[in-house]
Amino acid sequence: MLELKNIRKYYNAGTVHEMCMFHDFSMKIEEGEFVSVVGSNGSGKTSLLNIICGSIPLDSGSIFINGEDITHMPEYRRQRRIGRVYQNPAMGTCPSMTILENMSLADNKGRPFNLRRGTDKKRIDFYREQLQSLGLGLEDKLYVKVGVLSGGQRQAMALLMSTMTEIEFLILDEHTAALDPKTAETIMELTGKVVREKKLTTVMVTHNLRYAVEYGNRLIMMHQGQAILDEAGEAKKAIRIQDILDKFNEISIECGN
Amino acid sequence: MSIIIGILEEGLIYAILALGVYITYKILDFPDLSVDGTFPLGAAVTAMLILKGVPPVLTLFLAFLAGALAGCVTGFIHVKLRVRDLLSGIIMMTALYSINLRIAGKANLPIFSKATIFDNALLDVVLFETLEPFGVVLVLLVITLICKLLLDLYLNTRSGYLLRAVGDNDVLVTSLAKDKGMVKLAGLAIANGFVALAGCVYCQQKGFFEISTGTGAIVIGLANVIIGTKLFKNLHLPGRASSENGRKRPRGMKATTAVILGSLVYRSCVALAISLGMAASDLKLVTSVLFLIILVMSNRKGKKVTVHA
Repeated sequence: MLELKNIRKYYNAGTVHEMCMFHDFSMKIEEGEFVSVVGSNGSGKTSLLNIICGSIPLDSGSIFINGEDITHMPEYRRQRRIGRVYQNPAMGTCPSMTILENMSLADNKGRPFNLRRGTDKKRIDFYREQLQSLGLGLEDKLYVKVGVLSGGQRQAMALLMSTMTEIEFLILDEHTAALDPKTAETIMELTGKVVREKKLTTVMVTHNLRYAVEYGNRLIMMHQGQAILDEAGEAKKAIRIQDILDKFNEISIECGN
Repeated sequence: MSIIIGILEEGLIYAILALGVYITYKILDFPDLSVDGTFPLGAAVTAMLILKGVPPVLTLFLAFLAGALAGCVTGFIHVKLRVRDLLSGIIMMTALYSINLRIAGKANLPIFSKATIFDNALLDVVLFETLEPFGVVLVLLVITLICKLLLDLYLNTRSGYLLRAVGDNDVLVTSLAKDKGMVKLAGLAIANGFVALAGCVYCQQKGFFEISTGTGAIVIGLANVIIGTKLFKNLHLPGRASSENGRKRPRGMKATTAVILGSLVYRSCVALAISLGMAASDLKLVTSVLFLIILVMSNRKGKKVTVHA
């Protein structure tokens, strides 16, 4: 369970550019929930993910994972339980290392990076199998550097790598936004499969309203640092794309654009 | 003949330095100027220890440790105190100038009469008369190859993987739940360890410590690394099939080998320039101009490739 309590976050505090992102924002994500987060640019979606992962500091408020206060835990320590896939496919892999080396790195997450051999030969078949499940033919390219792969292939690998070890939360930051429609579809299907199989608690930020409606069991719409729509269960199933669009229009009229 | 031996001797010493610079420049993507201070640091520590009667072989390890310690400080300044990479190196380089003088006691410390790794009782026994003139080269070859092999081995460990990852994409290192700052710090320590080791060997080969030996060490190191990686990295040795579809392991030349060869090529160029009539005092000028030529040439080559791609 993930809990955000009374989060306050200002950007450029104390200057003329001061901007309030969150003012007393609270949210609770139950175990096993797959939350889709939508909202216009600057509504606080990515900030929300950065706050959960510890990439940006908080002004005040606290964050709990399963009741444990992680507000002051550094980003890299939190990542032990979190898998994150970024919008930019280059963020999830090492371009100058081979596919096999990247898989070995990901496989070793949570264990010591000591002086043992980097790639465990006994695990190669397992890596092949995992790569095969992507259906992209990467299992035959183990010794190819990841830098020569396409964005879609890299993103598929990033997804695989971030979910390879035992994690509790999967954070998806517009992870299909930089991909062509067909590849995006493939990655999204893979995501759904991984989340189902591993029963991961997932937070997915997306601009694709169809994905937000089709996937997940809870939908949140962010606006000016607040969740103006938050539906789960049956109510979430009833939401159609048109409903979200209407809500968007409503906001736009309020804001005068 | 003596010219070739000279090239091999200097080339192999600077190859060790280049292995260190390879770690910072190519792997960590960190322009580490502290090298200009850690190279003479290795020399100063060695001269001081040998005069105190420490066995020459032991100085190799102690010099490495001294360099690693200095690398840690550079890393600390950069990672914990959040000073820019270039500035951290400059601060360390400047500080080390005084520290080196303190360690050695003066700007020039000779160790001529003492036993060194190149001049000791054991070597006299092992080397036959005919091998005598190549003694220094042979010892250097052994040391350089051991360094190379150790570095190759390390880069293939889990820790080594992490080091390669941090220069490539430090976001991934965070995703792997590792502190990227500590990984960088470790990398700087190992790199400067090698550099100080090169300084140690240099001091024992020349027979003295000289405070000015560090000036331009980073330029020499960078030149070696860039020549090596540009000239040799993509060279596929005959008889070693390159991979077809990635099923086979590709057999290009290892970067560490390329860096050592690059060092020898660079030394040859410098020797050529000197033999063409440049004075010994022009050495640093030659070093810089050659480096500039290499940089400009490698830029050109890079442009061509992008046009084709």
